[in-house]
Amino acid sequence: MLYREAGQFKSTYLADSAIFPLRQDRIAMAVLLAIAFIVVPLTATPYLFSAILIPTLILALAAIGLNILTGYAGQLSLGSAAFMAVGAFASFNFILRVPGIPILVAFVGGGLCAAAIGIVFGLPSLRIRGFYLAVATLAAQFFIIWFLTKVGWVTNYNSSGVITAQPIVVFGYRFDAPAPKYLLVLSIVALMALAAKNMTRGNLGRKWMAIRDMDVAAEVIGIPQMKTKLLAFAVSSFYCGVAGALFAYAYLGTVEPEAYNLDLSFRILFMVIIGGAGTILGSFLGSAFIVLTPIVLNVTVGWLDASGLHVPASAGSNLEVIVFGVLIIFFLIVEPLGIARLWSIGKEKLRLWPFPH
Amino acid sequence: MQFFFEVLIGGLLSGVMYSLVALGFVLIYKASGVFNFAQGTMVFFAALTFVGLTEHGLSFWMALPATLVVMVLLGLAIERAVLRPLVNQPQISLFMATIGLSFLLEGLAQIVWGTSVRGLDIGVADEPIGWIADRFGLNISKFDLVAALIAAVLVAALAFFFSRTRIGRALRAVADDHQAALAVGIPLQQIWGIVWAVAGAVALVAGLLWGARNGVQFALTFVALKALPVLMLGGLESVPGAIVGGLIIGASEKLAEVYLGPMVGGGIEGWFPYVLALVVLLFRPEGLFGEKIIRRV
Repeated sequence: MLYREAGQFKSTYLADSAIFPLRQDRIAMAVLLAIAFIVVPLTATPYLFSAILIPTLILALAAIGLNILTGYAGQLSLGSAAFMAVGAFASFNFILRVPGIPILVAFVGGGLCAAAIGIVFGLPSLRIRGFYLAVATLAAQFFIIWFLTKVGWVTNYNSSGVITAQPIVVFGYRFDAPAPKYLLVLSIVALMALAAKNMTRGNLGRKWMAIRDMDVAAEVIGIPQMKTKLLAFAVSSFYCGVAGALFAYAYLGTVEPEAYNLDLSFRILFMVIIGGAGTILGSFLGSAFIVLTPIVLNVTVGWLDASGLHVPASAGSNLEVIVFGVLIIFFLIVEPLGIARLWSIGKEKLRLWPFPH
Repeated sequence: MQFFFEVLIGGLLSGVMYSLVALGFVLIYKASGVFNFAQGTMVFFAALTFVGLTEHGLSFWMALPATLVVMVLLGLAIERAVLRPLVNQPQISLFMATIGLSFLLEGLAQIVWGTSVRGLDIGVADEPIGWIADRFGLNISKFDLVAALIAAVLVAALAFFFSRTRIGRALRAVADDHQAALAVGIPLQQIWGIVWAVAGAVALVAGLLWGARNGVQFALTFVALKALPVLMLGGLESVPGAIVGGLIIGASEKLAEVYLGPMVGGGIEGWFPYVLALVVLLFRPEGLFGEKIIRRV
């Protein structure tokens, strides 16, 4: 009743190809942004900021990066955490070695370094496909982490291989407290998500999707395979690199290369698949799911423990792992196309509601 | 030179251990196109179940068939509960489902049998064989040799199973073309159940050998990561490829660690097999023995 396009006429192509062609969508998005930018910073607790909101946003950014590569361009990658590590450690070195560099420029520099490395490890994708490529990207994962651990220069010769992120200072303002950090992360993520959305629904995104669906056919109709694939790797790694820098600077504070291990790569891939491959919205939903589920399970086990049902500590953590695994399988079986698909089904239903026809 | 041969042979024999894990991957990929990431966890699950049963007083020969039954049932259950609902979904969804499965299995195994590290004794000592050491001056572990022997028997049995038995032929038909196999009356789901059961049995063998070598502990699940470059090198669909790939990876990994490692600061065995597999893939994109994919428009 409320959600339908009746009466909204478009008289220009520009209006027709807008991101949110429906007025209701525009209003909903504005409300959502207002809540995220104004209501949440005023009401949320520090725990909510630093344990849930900030990691969810940062990992959503990484998931967008992987989604561009896997969901749009169809190149399966298991090395996204390594590209995050490149972004983080490159940013650290930019700030350390270039005097007076603004921190946001350092983040962009970190992203560009990650993009360069991403192009190098994307080169095999021109010949290797599918699972073979996935395992080839594991080479990137293991090699980069090994390199960051072994080469002392990268960590400024810290004996334990740990870097401590410098304070975030933008135009003389120090982002120390959780709330300002959250606002900074939110602004960066929102801008980059908008950029990604526009990239993927434009010319570039269509090229990527053509390559994904059938690369030989795409090449026949004149889409340069090498350029398009490598561009996907570069853009994806750039997003991952910036996310990795934020992960170090706004979330963890002190980082060792091992923080960006294979486990994180898998979690980001889960976000993409469970959220919905080939959708920007899905990256956010998947990230929220993967960040929130372990926390909810942990709280539930603690609550069970407190309410008289004694749960030994080891059994509790194993129980969490089991339920997490079952949930993943369950979601894949119920909706193999991801949570974003459920959302679009819901929107279709809403257009007809409350009349069935 | 003698040292070189010792490293080489040690590497080849440990490569056989990688092949054992890779075999489980190949079996399932060949028959159903599922890249089963949970194979490493199945190895861990099998070893832990076996050790748990022997701790409850079962003898070696009692625990072995009991664990085999558990693994076969597990394989059938996975086919029924996870794969059947996901038929015809994109390969990546199935791959993610097996990662979820590996979480489930590792939690389950540890909740039932506990998280402590256990030893596993299969009655073969991990010590150099005396007469080879005397005659050729090479230290070759008896355990490694037995493991290689078991792997050889297993591969021969699987090769026989695939090429000579009725079920084996049905398996190959299914691997070739699901729909054509269905059309000539091969029961697809039954076949997949059998494949998962066989993969469970292979996981048991690998679990016993790896458990005896490294102790039964959570780190056993990481053997899957050792098997992946083997698979890539040999080709995802090829049983002989898994063996040859294992030998190449095992030997080159040990040689690189000994001769190349000191130059770059050591610890290279984590990534060296992957980079090696990557280089080989650049020349043969389907691995050494994988099926050539011909793409048409």
